Amino acid sequence: MGETVLELDRVVKDYGNHVTTRVLHGVDLQVERGEVMAVIGPSGSGKSTLLNLMGLLDRPSSGRVLVRGIDTTPLGDDAIARLRGRSIGFVFQFHHLLPAFTALENVLLPIWSDRGTVGRAERQLARDLLERVGLASQADNKATDLSGGQQQRVAIARALVMQPDVLLADEPTGNLDTSTADSIFSLLRDFGRERGGALVVVTHDPRLAARCDRVVQIIDGRIVSDVRKTAASA
Amino acid sequence: MPFEWFVSIRFLREGRMQTLLIFVGVAVGVAVMVFVGALIDGLQANLIRQTLSVQPHVIVHPAEQSARDVAMRGANPVAARIEKSAQRTSTLDQWQVTQQIIDRVPGIVASSPTVAGSAFASKGNVSRSVALRGIDPAGYPRIIPIDQKIRAGIFHLVGNEAVVGTELAKDLGLAVGDKLRLVSTEGRDDIFTVTGVFDLGNKDLNQRWVFVSMRSAQTLLDLASSASTIEATVGDVFEADRVAGEIAMRTGLEADSWMKLNAQLLVALKSQSSSSYMIQFFVMLAVTLGIASVLVVSVVQKSKEIGILKATGTTTGRVTRIFLIQGAIVGIVGSVLGSVLGALLAQLFANLAKNPDGSPTFPVDLGPDRFLIATLVATSIGLLAAVAPARRAARLDPAKVIRYG
Repeated sequence: MGETVLELDRVVKDYGNHVTTRVLHGVDLQVERGEVMAVIGPSGSGKSTLLNLMGLLDRPSSGRVLVRGIDTTPLGDDAIARLRGRSIGFVFQFHHLLPAFTALENVLLPIWSDRGTVGRAERQLARDLLERVGLASQADNKATDLSGGQQQRVAIARALVMQPDVLLADEPTGNLDTSTADSIFSLLRDFGRERGGALVVVTHDPRLAARCDRVVQIIDGRIVSDVRKTAASA
Repeated sequence: MPFEWFVSIRFLREGRMQTLLIFVGVAVGVAVMVFVGALIDGLQANLIRQTLSVQPHVIVHPAEQSARDVAMRGANPVAARIEKSAQRTSTLDQWQVTQQIIDRVPGIVASSPTVAGSAFASKGNVSRSVALRGIDPAGYPRIIPIDQKIRAGIFHLVGNEAVVGTELAKDLGLAVGDKLRLVSTEGRDDIFTVTGVFDLGNKDLNQRWVFVSMRSAQTLLDLASSASTIEATVGDVFEADRVAGEIAMRTGLEADSWMKLNAQLLVALKSQSSSSYMIQFFVMLAVTLGIASVLVVSVVQKSKEIGILKATGTTTGRVTRIFLIQGAIVGIVGSVLGSVLGALLAQLFANLAKNPDGSPTFPVDLGPDRFLIATLVATSIGLLAAVAPARRAARLDPAKVIRYG
């Protein structure tokens, strides 16, 4: 490994205007290409805040977030939105698909929004991704007509359509049964392996964390441990 | 399909009931706009048409004779009060020359001389005071379409022939072919044959007007070969004022337009128009607020979806456009529905109330530009109404929205 795709540099995050609460206390973290990382920690430890900052959904109070070496601090909202669309894929706990749209359209949305229009090539790419997650036959079903596991698979296909450098997953298997959770996680991990993108999973689930190459533990806004496994996860 | 259009249409379709209601709301607003506009404009056009069917657009007559200025002796005028001179029947001796000048004025379509005076019409021992109008039977119908108003007989004026109104015919028991004696105020008299009976839709005129040939009128009124007035028709009736001014300048005579002679009517029409515009304005204001409120609710309902779109890279510009487009679609669809509804309503109204002769009592004006304007207005207010909701949507913070499913 080696190439850093996402870097947090002494990131501090405060919330509140009059009474400020410091949620992150100067976090340094580097995510490398091909890496599968778990971020674990108790509720309220700052995991989700960390994920929002890594995903450029939020800006740090101080410190810098760099994506592929680009400092995002001076960028405007629209530039950030575009960078986010192109470099970062999200898989949320509650899948967050658009209910009025079909599975295929949901997968297409990021690329459609980025380019303005989509053609045959983009549609084929989206179909291939749906096939990859085992949903080829459900491509034209409304998102609301799919089961929870199927919706999460669509969300994964959507996260991958822009071929992002980093895939961020927030409790991706949180509300799924064990066997579905296993197959979803396999799909996510394969992304890192096959495409050379990094996967960052925020989770409570120790079983999930055990399957990652690297486990970062965060307590009270500070990284307390950062463990890399060596060829153990294979 | 462009991304914003695709998402806009989906959002509208997803909002079924809400979308349907706002479409109907805009449609009703546009229908009222089309209907009220068509009715008022139709009524006004009809009123003007009716007024002008018995009035020339421009009347040219000799200038009023005014008493000569008081002679000044030193600094003191001789008389403090000037009595206005009684107006002698002044006439246009050189009317052929004047008519040529008038015909060359831009905007003039037709002109025709008229000899006017007072007379008594009598049959047997019944006699009525009438307004004698000596006309050129070839040219006059282009000023007032009297030939189309004939109810019995024909419009024919050669030699001692006369055309009278329905009321006079009734009063004197006249029928086509009957003889009629006309005695002028100059004391001359002659016997005329009634060739036609007209109905101008105005009781007073039907009672008072008697048309004879110009020659006969000149003889009866002792006017040699002069005319009393020259009456003219203009192409655009609202240009009559300007044309009258031009005629007055070129001929040195006085020229009155129908607008000057019907100033009261025009003021009434103007205030009617303003109240119609007021109604339309407030209806469209209500429609704007309706669209805005539906879109604001939609932004709140769709905040999660908007958050997802923004999280996956959709820029604020695109989010803004998604809602502006929804406003525009609501405006366009609503105005198409409303135009159809308004046109049907106006047509229904026109067909419901009819005159005995089959012509509608309430004529409606459904020109294509009425629908064009309605569509433009509705689309603009749709866009306008969408501005605030769109900005609100663009400001949504994706991190806050997607945190909790």
